[in-house]
Amino acid sequence: MKNRLKVLRAERDMTQADLADSLQVSRQTINAIEKGKFDPSLPLAFKLAKLFGLKIEEIFEEEE
Amino acid sequence: MKTENRNEQMKQATKSLAIWTILWVLSLALSIFGSKLIWQENIVLSILVISINTVIGIKMIYANVKHLSAQDELQKKIQLDAMGIALGAGVVGGLSYSSLDVTNVISSDAEISFLVMLISISYLVALLIGKQRYA
Repeated sequence: MKNRLKVLRAERDMTQADLADSLQVSRQTINAIEKGKFDPSLPLAFKLAKLFGLKIEEIFEEEE
Repeated sequence: MKTENRNEQMKQATKSLAIWTILWVLSLALSIFGSKLIWQENIVLSILVISINTVIGIKMIYANVKHLSAQDELQKKIQLDAMGIALGAGVVGGLSYSSLDVTNVISSDAEISFLVMLISISYLVALLIGKQRYA
């Protein structure tokens, strides 16, 4: 699954550690999601969407 | 602040698991070697020490569950994958090893310690590979 996490984070001037802090996960998890190596659970995706004030589908996109 | 709480929780859970694991290993060693070297196979003392070892083992399992609970979803996935591989290696490797013994392909008896080593090593290797994969 592709995502815009890195761009959204950069737009808000947040580090991976800041985002991990806000979501109560490890920095490794944020890094893995950004690189597309790990797809977050639905609750974590909702947390991300809420944090950025966006819909889940505006952050994540299914890969063709 | 939140990260500090999370890190603190993880640190506490890891410390607790390490303490109970060390106590369990030491009490296991005492139950095995103490019987031969200290109390000369006194049954009552052996039962007492083995019971203590079992209780410590239960506390260690509980500490492991707490340690897993303190992890986030990716860390839990890495642990689950590693445990799955370790379980598979234990069942397949253990039964193959047992078959070698039953069919007299190997001259010595199958020892449970080999199974424990196989499970431990396969778990550690799988854990390291998992951590590397998501790095």
